[in-house]
Amino acid sequence: MKTIQNLGLSIFLLGLAIFTILPFIGSYEISSEKLEEIVNNKGIKSELFIEDLKTTTVGKEFSDPFSFSSNITSAIANANVTHKEKSEWDKVIWDKPHSFSYQIAKDVGGGPVKENKGLFWFLTFGLGIIGALLYIIPGVVTLGPAGIKNNGIWFNAATNRGWIGWFAFVFLVGFYVLLYFFPDYIVNWTYVVDPFSESLSGNMASQWFLYGFLYCTVMTVMAIRMYIKYRHNKYQILRTTSVLFFQIVFAFLIPEILVRFEKPWYDFKNAFPLDYDFFFKWNLDDLIANGGFGLFILVWGIVLTVVIVPIMVYFFGKRWYCSWVCGCGGLAETLGDPYRQLSDKSLKSWQVERWLIHGVLVFAIAMTGITLYAYFTGADAVSGIKTQTIQDIYGFLIGSIFAGVIGTGFYPIFGNRVWCRFGCPLAAYLGIIQRFKSKFRITTNGGQCISCGNCSTYCEQGIDVRAYAQKGQNIVRSSCVGCGICSAVCPRGVLKLENGSDDGSTRYETPEVILGNDIDLFEMLEENK
Amino acid sequence: MEHIVIIGNGISGVTAARHIRKLSDKKITIISAETEYFFSRTALMYVYMGHMKFEHTQPYENWFWKKNRIELKKGFVKEVKDASKELVFASGETMNYDKLIIATGSKPNKFGWPGQDLEGVMGMYHKQDLENLEKYAPNNKACNRAVIVGGGLIGIELAEMLRSRDIPVTFLVREKSFWNGVLPAGESEMINRHIKEHHIDLRLGVNLQEIKSDESGKVKSIIIKETGEEIPCTVVGLTAGVSPNVDFLKDSNIELGRGVKVNRRLETNIPDIYAIGDCAEQHEAIGQRRPIEAVWYTGRMMGETLAQTLCGNPKDYNPGHWFNSAKFLDIEYQTYGWVWAQPKENEARFYWEHSDGKICIHINYDKNTNEFIGINTFGIRMRHHSFDAWLNEKRSVEYVLEHLADANFDPEFYKLHEKDIVAKFNQENNTNIQLKKRSWKRIFQFS
Ligand SMILES: Cc1cc2nc3c(=O)[nH]c(=O)nc-3n(C[C@H](O)[C@H](O)[C@H](O)COP(=O)(O)OP(=O)(O)OC[C@H]3O[C@@H](n4cnc5c(N)ncnc54)[C@H](O)[C@@H]3O)c2cc1C
Ligand code: SF4
Ligand code: SF4
Repeated sequence: MKTIQNLGLSIFLLGLAIFTILPFIGSYEISSEKLEEIVNNKGIKSELFIEDLKTTTVGKEFSDPFSFSSNITSAIANANVTHKEKSEWDKVIWDKPHSFSYQIAKDVGGGPVKENKGLFWFLTFGLGIIGALLYIIPGVVTLGPAGIKNNGIWFNAATNRGWIGWFAFVFLVGFYVLLYFFPDYIVNWTYVVDPFSESLSGNMASQWFLYGFLYCTVMTVMAIRMYIKYRHNKYQILRTTSVLFFQIVFAFLIPEILVRFEKPWYDFKNAFPLDYDFFFKWNLDDLIANGGFGLFILVWGIVLTVVIVPIMVYFFGKRWYCSWVCGCGGLAETLGDPYRQLSDKSLKSWQVERWLIHGVLVFAIAMTGITLYAYFTGADAVSGIKTQTIQDIYGFLIGSIFAGVIGTGFYPIFGNRVWCRFGCPLAAYLGIIQRFKSKFRITTNGGQCISCGNCSTYCEQGIDVRAYAQKGQNIVRSSCVGCGICSAVCPRGVLKLENGSDDGSTRYETPEVILGNDIDLFEMLEENK
Repeated sequence: MEHIVIIGNGISGVTAARHIRKLSDKKITIISAETEYFFSRTALMYVYMGHMKFEHTQPYENWFWKKNRIELKKGFVKEVKDASKELVFASGETMNYDKLIIATGSKPNKFGWPGQDLEGVMGMYHKQDLENLEKYAPNNKACNRAVIVGGGLIGIELAEMLRSRDIPVTFLVREKSFWNGVLPAGESEMINRHIKEHHIDLRLGVNLQEIKSDESGKVKSIIIKETGEEIPCTVVGLTAGVSPNVDFLKDSNIELGRGVKVNRRLETNIPDIYAIGDCAEQHEAIGQRRPIEAVWYTGRMMGETLAQTLCGNPKDYNPGHWFNSAKFLDIEYQTYGWVWAQPKENEARFYWEHSDGKICIHINYDKNTNEFIGINTFGIRMRHHSFDAWLNEKRSVEYVLEHLADANFDPEFYKLHEKDIVAKFNQENNTNIQLKKRSWKRIFQFS
């Protein structure tokens, strides 16, 4: 069994290595006809830009995407400087330089990867999947009889912030930086998934398709790990199945198929304000231009946030979304599961969390308010602030850096729910409802807690569950995503996630006799809060 | 300002300190020879197994003590001078107290076995024992076999710990079946099977003769009394129960039995000296409980009770209905009320076991009145509140079975067994109990 696992690990690492090398190979050459075609398609009026590319790039072959892209992006930058100085606004190229360069590179790129998409898919994704499964599946035997098997987690350099963890951190952060900011460097990655993209939407794969495909793949493989690790726990199995289903069907397949039928790309489960650009002008215009179906999405999006989300939280807690439906939660609960113990449990981090997450919520709402105001009044600035600027700041800081680079990249260092805990504005909104008006709570089983701390250690949201459990108090916390792991790891059967009655007293309080001692514990609990 | 000194920073001493702080402004000092900060002894195993780091076993962050003005003192108290209200430390220092709380916990039993002090022989109680184990049994290369002597809750935890590092374990149990002084036969046998499933070499009905040493004073092997068999090993874990850690009081005027003798107010024979937790021994047992109860929650309750007493609100220690829980490798165990290993004369029993052999319940009730007495549950979590209420209300076994669904505390979506359980009871007893659907209203009817 150990041999199979080691073999799997080697195969996985080989796949990962090939994947890592891909951006460094290939050939990129743009002909003058191609340039003309692009200039026409894009309606580019900057002769400076065209001249620049003609001298530096056209007709030359580049053997990596970096110098090729850098020529294009600097041509854009140089041209724009001059045009802006001369106030030749119609000549300025407003596209994001690296997205622009991505489109060209994707079009003109060549080399082994583009010519052998299937082969390279196998050498990267294929080897990765096979290797990972060979590593994971023997767990059925090696983990021993079903039960909680967290042996050695704090001894393993991958899961205790050791060197493997730091390595994974650098790798993930690097991946997100490329994905969000330098898509032109990773055209080779997108080639290997082109066949899938074409069969779904009919288009070549964008970097977002690549991301979606990778996301689903990683989640599926790591869900298998969850199925094995928690095979005795039906709650975990159903929850994992649910997040996997919503990711693959709602976040990946349906939107791509919508595109095939020339409908807007839309993820029906992605609720505002997590879906922060839902009310942006371009999206609203796009939806409205799409007639009946667009309107349906518009209405659905609003109803989802205003009606469905709060009602569901009332009945089931925010878990229905955060750990049963959401894509971010889905990745956190599969890929992120090995890192859950790394979340900070200190009181300090709780204070930081409350400021940050509610700050993001306020930011998101303010931005949307300004956007809508601008939309309806036609102004492009509100008291001197350009809506575009606010949106760009939000998109960069929150949408890309926080949710992506930090949110996932930091899994191996800060645990798997950094985004969900500190940043997600939707989680903040759900949390407020969960805290004040919901049937959901984690019930503490009377006096059975032995203060061992497993629950707190494995709470991905950094909740000090034990602090409540050892007082016999139920856990009613806005940040709890109801993953159920605290309950799973508790060796004394102390914690139960349940949707009981919502009348305040039974949700928060504990009966005095339950702790066994008939002194006035009730009063003590009150003081304890 | 009155100075309250607590010897022992375990659950009982710390609980007392916290509650005294909540109720008053007295000066509080906690003394311990073991660690600087309070940690959860029950979690020691998880540190060795790599589930947690030691810091995770500490329920309060380090700033907590200062913020709550609880002074911590590291040192070993070797003498209590009650006449001058003075403590003497091993270092020679002294400390005065106005009120003294003895909360010194337990120590592992050693029964004078030859070789019991060799290198590589250890108990599993203090943090130092954990460090020892880490030293002598870091992996299965340094330790090719460990022998555990004594089949109780700590023994099986130690076995699980060692198995988590793939160290071969031989487990010597004096009884004919695991923990059968406490567990009835059905449960005990289930655990025997489960121990073997975990590849632990379980030896039932055997005693330790002696521990043999190699030339350098380290453990080499053990000899089994009954068979004379010699088992080579490098580590021996002694887990044959614990007893109160009160040797340092032998020369004081404080009345000792096995532990520090106390009354229901937790007072010793000397005014202003109290004892709580594992080291306290009740003059008279409370209900069917033992005079010394070495469990976590009783230590906590005693601490809470004593804090009330010391803060001007005198209370008797009243632990209520018996309950407890443990985990045997992968099988969780909870108990509410009493289920003795052997039924008493007035008792009738109902036992149900799932076909997978890892889930069972055992109900004890009065033959004549049908009053519910207690339940053991393995592999099914049950609600403390429900059973506590039913015991208070003196419910019948029929009532308990009818409402069993209310008491289920397993995570959502788990397979429920109440129907099977009730059906089996009906069949065995010719009754017609109908299982009621779970009702939130009943469950949350707190009084
Ligand atoms: C491995 C293990 C697992 C357990 N699991 C469970 C469980 O699952 N459930 C359960 O209910 N119970 C369990 N117990 C029992 C439970 O831990 C004890 O009942 C409880 O810790 C007792 O608390 P205490 O405050 O009385 O004493 P302790 O926790 O023993 O604390 C006493 C402290 O006083 C110090 N001390 C003693 N003498 C002196 C002195 N002269 N000077 C200075 N300091 C001194 C000791 O070093 C120690 O730090 C377990 C125990 C062990 C060892
Ligand atoms: S409290 Fe429990 S259920 Fe909630 S997030 Fe933490 S581990 Fe998950
Ligand atoms: S895991 Fe269970 S027993 Fe341990 S501290 Fe948490 S609630 Fe208490």
